[in-house]
Amino acid sequence: MQHGKYRFIVGFLALPLGLYALFVVWPFIQSIYYSFTDWTGLSPEFKMVGLDNYRRMLEDDVFWKSLQHSLMFAIVLPLVTIGLALFFAFMINVGGRRRKGGPVVSGVRGSSFYKIVYFFPQVLSIAIVALLFAFAYNPDSGAINSFLRGIGLDGVQPLWLGDPDLALWCVMAVLVWSTVGFFVVLFSAGMASIPVDLYEAALLDGAGRAATFFRITLPLLWDTVQSGWVYMGILALGAESFAVVQIMTTGPGGPDYSTTVMVLYVYQKAFRDGQAAYATTIGVALLVVTLAFAAVVMRLGRRERLEY
Amino acid sequence: MKTTQTPAPLPAEPGSGVPVTKIDLPSGKPPRETKPEGKVLNAFSHGILVLWAIMVVLPLLWAVMTSFKDDSSIFGSPWSLPDTLHLDNWSRAWTEANMSDYFLNTVVVVGGSLIGTLVLGSMAAYVLARFDFPGNRFVYFLFIGGMSFPIMLALVPLFYVVNNMGLLNSLPGLILVYIAYSLPFTVFFLTAFFRTLPTSVAEAAFVDGASHSRTFFQIMLPMAKPGLISVGIFNFLGQWNQYMLPTVLNTDPDKRVLTQGLVQLAVSQGYKGDWSGLFAGLVMAMLPVLAAYVVFQRQVVQGLTAGALK
Repeated sequence: MQHGKYRFIVGFLALPLGLYALFVVWPFIQSIYYSFTDWTGLSPEFKMVGLDNYRRMLEDDVFWKSLQHSLMFAIVLPLVTIGLALFFAFMINVGGRRRKGGPVVSGVRGSSFYKIVYFFPQVLSIAIVALLFAFAYNPDSGAINSFLRGIGLDGVQPLWLGDPDLALWCVMAVLVWSTVGFFVVLFSAGMASIPVDLYEAALLDGAGRAATFFRITLPLLWDTVQSGWVYMGILALGAESFAVVQIMTTGPGGPDYSTTVMVLYVYQKAFRDGQAAYATTIGVALLVVTLAFAAVVMRLGRRERLEY
Repeated sequence: MKTTQTPAPLPAEPGSGVPVTKIDLPSGKPPRETKPEGKVLNAFSHGILVLWAIMVVLPLLWAVMTSFKDDSSIFGSPWSLPDTLHLDNWSRAWTEANMSDYFLNTVVVVGGSLIGTLVLGSMAAYVLARFDFPGNRFVYFLFIGGMSFPIMLALVPLFYVVNNMGLLNSLPGLILVYIAYSLPFTVFFLTAFFRTLPTSVAEAAFVDGASHSRTFFQIMLPMAKPGLISVGIFNFLGQWNQYMLPTVLNTDPDKRVLTQGLVQLAVSQGYKGDWSGLFAGLVMAMLPVLAAYVVFQRQVVQGLTAGALK
């Protein structure tokens, strides 16, 4: 298989690798370089300023707010989403009552219906989901407050996205809504590969549903949970949170910067304020946070691998 | 927002289920009714499942319903059914609000980049999976690394790279960028897939005198069809739903894609404050993917979860 091998390899790799290097790798390298300059992005001239941008960043109150919010996105969101998804997936796949003559483990009735429905939001664009919920959250004419009025809760009419204390939670709830289904399906697939005899043995020993979940399902599913956690965290730090915050909250960035996240701040500094160099500095901080997040999750979650 | 991460607290006493079962068995009674975690708990957990299903479906139904109402009843009574079906919302959105243009732009961009992604991705993946050459590992990890980096970091310089090439605000520019950013996952997925395909057929063809590229296009690519479909669906949804890249790289009002166009419409208070038209546009953008999902449910789920499961 040596004949013309290298010509073939080069021929097949040149185009994909070239495109990838030009549009992905090269901008990444450039952005780290630009973070040491005073480039505005508007004129081609700039000079090196050393660590000035990083010093400025550490004194920037809005940066610290955005960092805090991004960290909340990376910690609270996966916690709630994966927790909910684990519960749903367990009920759908294992939590059903044992029926006479039926299989040892089975899900509740209608489990495949739930799996289909829960996945709905996952195929929709996050931008469209964000728009839809921006309407629903509208304090005067939105669906949520008018529903509350409808069931007699006239006194409870929050401003939702207009309330600095609530806005961030509203935005996060939308991401939970749109992502849970993906993890339900993911965990379902994982649960399906757990051998039935393990459950059988547990049932004979008299384990209830909680014990079954914590002693069998969760430990055997741990790898999937962990990689799901990292996946969700990277999404929550990046593109997804950008779309929901930019579209849903006024400003954008919410009342009193209450929903500003790091990605949004990068975008605003670069494309609204003409501070491209400073924007890339915040981008580097975002990269550090993302990598640190992944490292911490992998480290904390490390357990002895269970073979089955 | 409450964390329901632990399933319902179960005070079930260990062991209590078994004796009951054993005693009941001889009499031939079904043991389930007497189990301590019987009906109450089941109703509770089933209730939560139903509740979430309603929470998923209700906003979507609400959007569809609202798209048939006129402005005054959208604001006056958000939950009432439309008095008559205002189909004019839909036609107005399609023509006056430029939804037809956004649709066309999206189809062109996604069509072009999907084909490009699959062709280039499978070429790179095939070479990386099947050939030993110096730098193989390096190139592979260069591609894979792109999966975990925040796109936003690269976006600022990317804007100027695209600008310098004269590709800003153009559909071909968007297509090339989509392809580049879809390559990491595509290469990752397809490399693993090509490794699982048997080599003997390809070797036989090569011995019979087929060139490397002919072997690839006529033998390996058809064999890789299931993998291409999975990764194709994944990329289709990702590219169809893409919002961040066009927002930054494509600011010409005539070149907007669906997501971008809708958000712009909403930001500018709907076109002339036409909220009903905006809702019609929103539903118009939602329905094709939802319909496709219902029809190709199995493939979509497999495609989307394939990467995370490996």
